[in-house]
Amino acid sequence: MEYAALLRNSDHQPIRYLVVDDSVFARKNISKILESFGGAIAGEAGDGCTAIAEYDRTRPDMVLMDITMPQMEGIEAAERIVRQHPEARVVMVSSVGYQENIVAALQKGARHFVQKPVKPEVLYEVIKYVMGEDAYAAQGAAAAGESK
Amino acid sequence: MKMELIQPFINAADAVLAQTLNCATRIGDVNMDEDAYRRKGMAALIVIQGDIEGRVILDTDAPTAAAIATALAGSEITESDPVVRETIFELANLVIGNAVTSLNDQGFRFKISPPEAHVAETGLKGSEDTEALVMCFDTPSGSVYMNIAMRHNRRRAQERAAVVAE
Repeated sequence: MEYAALLRNSDHQPIRYLVVDDSVFARKNISKILESFGGAIAGEAGDGCTAIAEYDRTRPDMVLMDITMPQMEGIEAAERIVRQHPEARVVMVSSVGYQENIVAALQKGARHFVQKPVKPEVLYEVIKYVMGEDAYAAQGAAAAGESK
Repeated sequence: MKMELIQPFINAADAVLAQTLNCATRIGDVNMDEDAYRRKGMAALIVIQGDIEGRVILDTDAPTAAAIATALAGSEITESDPVVRETIFELANLVIGNAVTSLNDQGFRFKISPPEAHVAETGLKGSEDTEALVMCFDTPSGSVYMNIAMRHNRRRAQERAAVVAE
């Protein structure tokens, strides 16, 4: 399935994403999906601590954050990022989708939750919803996104 | 056999394998004789703690693991590529995460840890209070084995019952 590229309203450039997951396989899989939406991967991180540093370094438009990770779990990392950057858009992406997890993540500042395995059509709609008026779907199918 | 503990894992494995590999899967052998189980190759173990506690191993032989990684990556992955291990670990993560989500909807509370390599040749043992079994899922990429050992955490159950009684 082809998706219309999601671009930033401010400068018509691809949305920049930070992908956080302790699984390299999961990061590659999510990145591939985001690139099919015309997105650009600003950075990747394999744990919560690195995610915080990478957020400061790359200032992405959106963070896709796993929950179960070594060293620092995703919900705590999301809380710390949002505390320092209230404008941060963090979407939790986890196979563990029960209500307590979702509520905890939203209470700590996450904007949305997507359950793994990620369905591209679901993630596409969540990104559109979370970006709101800061992004639009361009005419035509998305090309592969720019990298870093 | 307390199927309410096991069934969510069967359902989750079936659904996750079908969705990620984009194919129909078939549940093959189910075996409660743990001594019959020997590790096939690439095995990921996840520990579950909470109202129900135990361990789950997802296991495939090396050619199947490489075939699954190839199917998911969309390009040829060899058996020695580290991506193969990552793929099986993430599959385990998806299966257990989805099963735990389902059990949570039934009122059980858990915490799961990230996958780790299971290197022992034998599997998980059952006991008087632990349900254990091995099952096989047949996919176009090969067979995927799941070894589950689960039990109710009686201490947690008693604690919760005491809170409810107060």
